[in-house]
Amino acid sequence: MANADCIIIEGSNMAECHPVGFQWVSEAKARGARVIHIDPRFTRTSAIADTHVPIRAGSDVVLLGALINHVLSNDLYFRDYVVAYTNAATLVNEDFVDTEDLDGVFSGYDPQTGKYDMSSWAYAEGDGNGGDGNGGDGDGKVEEPGGGDEHGSEKSDRAAPHSHGAAGAPMEHANVVRDETLQHPRSVFQILKRHYARYTPEMVNDLCGIPVHQFHEIAKAIAENSGRERTTCFAYALGWTQHSLGAQFIRTAAILQLLMGNMGRPGGGIMALRGHASIQGSTDIPTLFNLLPGYLPMPMVGQHDTLEEYLTSISSPRQKGFWTEADAYTASLLKAWWGDAATAENDFCFDYLPRLSGAHGTYQSTMAMIDDEVDGFFVLGQNPAVGSAHGKMQRDALSHLKWLVVRDFQLIETATFWRDGPEVASGETSPEEIDTEVFFFPAANHVEKSGTFTQTQRMLQWHHQAIRPADDVQSELDFFHELGVRIRERLKDSTDERDRPLLDLTWDYPTDEHGEVDAEAVLREINGYHVTGERAGEVLDKFVDMRADGSTAGGCWIYTGVFAGGINRSKNRVPGQQQDDVAPEWGWAWPMNRRVLYNRASADPQGRPWSERKKYVWWDEEQRKWVGKDVPDFPIDRDPSFRPDPDAGGPAAIAGDDPFIMQADGKGWLFAPKGMVDGPLPTHYEAQESPVSNSLYTQQSNPSRLIYARKDNLWSPSGTQPGSDVYPFVFTTYRLTEHHTAGGMSRWLPYLSELQPEMFCEVSPQLAQERGLVNGDWATIISARSAIEARVLVTDRVRPLTINGHTVHQIGLPYHWGVGKDAVVEGDGANDLLGVVLDPNVQIQESKVGSCDIRPGRRPRGEELPRLVAEYQSRAGTTVETGTEHANPVPEDIRRRRAATLTSDESEGGSS
Amino acid sequence: MSYLQRQLGGRTDPAQDAGWQDAPGRKGFFTDTSICIGCKACEVACKEWNAIPLDGLALSANSYDNTGDLGASTWRHVAFVEQDADRIAAARESGRRLVELGMPGVGAPAQAATQGGAPAGYGVLPAPVEDHGPSLGDMLTETRAFEDRSPEDGASHGTTVDGTPMVGALPEFRWLMASDVCKHCTHAGCLDVCPTGALFRSEHGTVVVQADICNGCGYCVGACPFGVIERRSDASTTVRGDGHVPNIGIAQKCTLCYDRLQHDQTPACAQTCPTTSIRFGDRDDMVEAARARVSQLHEQGFTEARLYGANDDDGVGGTGSVFLLLDEPEVYGLPPDPVCATSRLPEMFRTAGYAGLGMLGAAAVAFLGGRS
Repeated sequence: MANADCIIIEGSNMAECHPVGFQWVSEAKARGARVIHIDPRFTRTSAIADTHVPIRAGSDVVLLGALINHVLSNDLYFRDYVVAYTNAATLVNEDFVDTEDLDGVFSGYDPQTGKYDMSSWAYAEGDGNGGDGNGGDGDGKVEEPGGGDEHGSEKSDRAAPHSHGAAGAPMEHANVVRDETLQHPRSVFQILKRHYARYTPEMVNDLCGIPVHQFHEIAKAIAENSGRERTTCFAYALGWTQHSLGAQFIRTAAILQLLMGNMGRPGGGIMALRGHASIQGSTDIPTLFNLLPGYLPMPMVGQHDTLEEYLTSISSPRQKGFWTEADAYTASLLKAWWGDAATAENDFCFDYLPRLSGAHGTYQSTMAMIDDEVDGFFVLGQNPAVGSAHGKMQRDALSHLKWLVVRDFQLIETATFWRDGPEVASGETSPEEIDTEVFFFPAANHVEKSGTFTQTQRMLQWHHQAIRPADDVQSELDFFHELGVRIRERLKDSTDERDRPLLDLTWDYPTDEHGEVDAEAVLREINGYHVTGERAGEVLDKFVDMRADGSTAGGCWIYTGVFAGGINRSKNRVPGQQQDDVAPEWGWAWPMNRRVLYNRASADPQGRPWSERKKYVWWDEEQRKWVGKDVPDFPIDRDPSFRPDPDAGGPAAIAGDDPFIMQADGKGWLFAPKGMVDGPLPTHYEAQESPVSNSLYTQQSNPSRLIYARKDNLWSPSGTQPGSDVYPFVFTTYRLTEHHTAGGMSRWLPYLSELQPEMFCEVSPQLAQERGLVNGDWATIISARSAIEARVLVTDRVRPLTINGHTVHQIGLPYHWGVGKDAVVEGDGANDLLGVVLDPNVQIQESKVGSCDIRPGRRPRGEELPRLVAEYQSRAGTTVETGTEHANPVPEDIRRRRAATLTSDESEGGSS
Repeated sequence: MSYLQRQLGGRTDPAQDAGWQDAPGRKGFFTDTSICIGCKACEVACKEWNAIPLDGLALSANSYDNTGDLGASTWRHVAFVEQDADRIAAARESGRRLVELGMPGVGAPAQAATQGGAPAGYGVLPAPVEDHGPSLGDMLTETRAFEDRSPEDGASHGTTVDGTPMVGALPEFRWLMASDVCKHCTHAGCLDVCPTGALFRSEHGTVVVQADICNGCGYCVGACPFGVIERRSDASTTVRGDGHVPNIGIAQKCTLCYDRLQHDQTPACAQTCPTTSIRFGDRDDMVEAARARVSQLHEQGFTEARLYGANDDDGVGGTGSVFLLLDEPEVYGLPPDPVCATSRLPEMFRTAGYAGLGMLGAAAVAFLGGRS
């Protein structure tokens, strides 16, 4: 970020939530960079930015889409980069139909299930003579691709995001048709142009509340700070992810950054600011239900019954790039877990892996608890009773468990909800009625244990134990090691086949003189080692040394190299002043200590730096290899002019100008032919709850969002629906610098509690006037789920916006407080106001936008509280059905056109 | 300058004046509020290191400031000030006048303001200074028209590395954050009036209280022109397991981490500041860095930037803690023209002496007259 000439922070309050990382924004600013902060509120980030742009929460695709339209319409994109490095020139097959023609859904949409058949989004397949530049025969047309129309897809593949890892969906081939004039109507470039044609500055004004002149200010800053000489960087956090189309928000920025040539270059990119010290680490070595380490997918029951079926689902041997080596990564992982028991004959114990039967995310598990399908629950480093969406549903779920283990520093609300939670106070439940047995284990904090943090830059940094944990306080590592030891001891005489996976685990970590597991030994196992051969027992130096024959083991292929040469490189700590600005000797970044991913794109197609100013990695003709400031993210000796055999696959198929080596075609994806379950191009939909009607399409909300129509999950009516005026205001939730998420690490600390002692809401002076709210007094905020109280901060930092000619008020709610007697400070939880609706790609909840009412005074106590909530529901006419339709009704001709795209493969062979 | 004069006012080396031989050089802070993000890490680090009790757990509803001001249990305090466009324009204009007066330091704003009329307070636009720049009205028109200018015109306001102008139209709103701390004055009123010797001048040129000597008389509280030093209230809330609140009734303030300095360590607040808004070092270097930064901001068109405490000819002889502010000191709760309570001691003694002589004379006259 320090190298950026312009930084756009959108969907993030970086200065408050990532104050340490913000030093690089400060550094860039000191070097003269322009910083623009786009956010519903004027925050501490806005205070340091050059410009703050207020935006209506949830409308970001309109703004970003309009920026895409702007750079396309005014030829401001980086053409050389776009043609060579993105899929702009690639042709999409002729069955694809855009949202513009189907009033808000893409081809392949099934209104019954709310899911897409993605087959019509695939690339057109070439004639086998190599993909490059065989389009454009003068009038901008290319030959129709040979063969059928169903390529790069499986007909049975309905959108199921949890069935593939970070590799996205595989493609059957990389044999694409390209028109490098970008003129072909089915080229990605032209599709993109048409898709965003109605995303205009005026639309931004009407839907985002951003004045046209301010739109042009942003557009100008990005355009002037992109290209050969300059780069623009985006940073986002949960303000983009926590939406029912959150993944598409980020996709929109990715498209813009690719068009501007800002990927794989110093000072470019999109920074995904992770919310905790090692949240990046917890997706690399995942705590997610659908991933195995290194972004390998979890196998699905019925689809991945054998290792071969599983591997085929990750990549096709005919596609490009390093995902074709997934067999080596998987075999090494299984060897690391099951050691000698894992052999080539038994598919390396692939059958020991549990199988997914569907989505088993946080919220599906919560609802399964309420349905009494879950007996026990481990909660570690999390406080769902306060920190997860729909607090009431969370606490209800916990009360249905037989047992609950909470490991934390403090007696957080998740451990005490049965005693003094809000539902106990309101009389909806009582300790006598809750049978959950709660086990509380005190957890060691980061100075009481050694290990790594992996931060936003994918960098592992070692931290050392400073003091031993007191009494029975344990680290996670020790706790789980001991749990494993004890369970295995209990099972040691078992002959039951189902116990084999536990008994065969390699569970032999060395311990120190206090009996604590050596964390470094675990990192070494994650790095991997040679099992057989000359170097048996030695660590792996790089992931390309991993083999699929069981001769190597490694717990996470992307981390291979952190222990290269037997040295723990996460301990590298050479001060910045003693090395260059890439600072490769501080910590270790995966993969292979690369600091900028896809950095081949920092050079032009011929391998020369785009400019002296942005020189980073380039082709050295004399040495015949890629050199530069960073570790080249490219086959080191691949000549820029190299063109692969069209039948080749894997790394050998990467052309000299294919910088995006993990993508199936080596190009940056403006259009996602597979992988995004809710559309190949981001499209604006309103949030689940919105006072605004979608002016772009009849389709109001994301038609693929995951909806749970339940009595305990009601929604307020949106747009012009009757009753929407009962909850007329938009609320958004967020964090403050002074506290940490649900408060477990801050509300028990006097010094932090003192700095922000009470739950508050932030409102504009105009809203305060309208509703009689007084600064410092109390207000009650009511949603279709719950009502909470908060102290009022009246401030110009929150501004009413004019949306479609109407004033829309936004209310800001920090979510750090919870109800319970153990913390230094307590308060109502903002997350109690939220319902559960999820992004279909990643199952994240929409917690950044909801509808509410606000009125002065404290909320009612006891049973009066649920009565108030019910009274509002009744006034709004809210039922279980409200807001739960996937697709909104459309005229008959549109409906028929949509239906035709769904069945085209079975009917007339795609003659749309 | 005589020894006595040096003790009470003007430029001097306070450690040397206090009798330290081979003092290690005066230490100080440079707090650059233009890059402060208001994270309050300085407040927390200070309280952690010095084991200070809580002031209380009440929401002030005054922006994000819930610790109020500096006191016995808040030795670093971050102020939050929300301002509208008129206030921002006024700040830019008043700063520009300071530049023209050539006085980026303590006292200057007050002088400028008193020449023209009412001093600039919260929400009040300063009156124009005669012969010093255009009126505020003209200035507002000028800055608001900036948007319409071509980039070439804008270049006069400083440019980024790529040539685009740094300063665009005046923002409609801004949120100032500033971390305040004891000034460690060259001429420290608190130290001068302390009857017990509990307050002393350290070898680093800083002013430190010895809690075990202080008898809680409170003279120092009134003598501090910045309102920094206070006696610890018995209403303070403990952070200790045993419920004990140390030093109740005793005068307390920032020690510039005297204990850390003795071990060659950076004070806790500066050590923890993530944006280098708080810098620590030799006071001369701090002043130099502050002057360089204010010039840089002026070149970029941010004329609202000005220094506080860097003027050694002010009423306290300059301060060990130097600040870069983006508005008048009063906006941050700082006095515009601080004067050490004892600086006029010679004058007072002289006057008292003349008065005494006069009295004697009068008595003599009366006596003699009575005789006649």
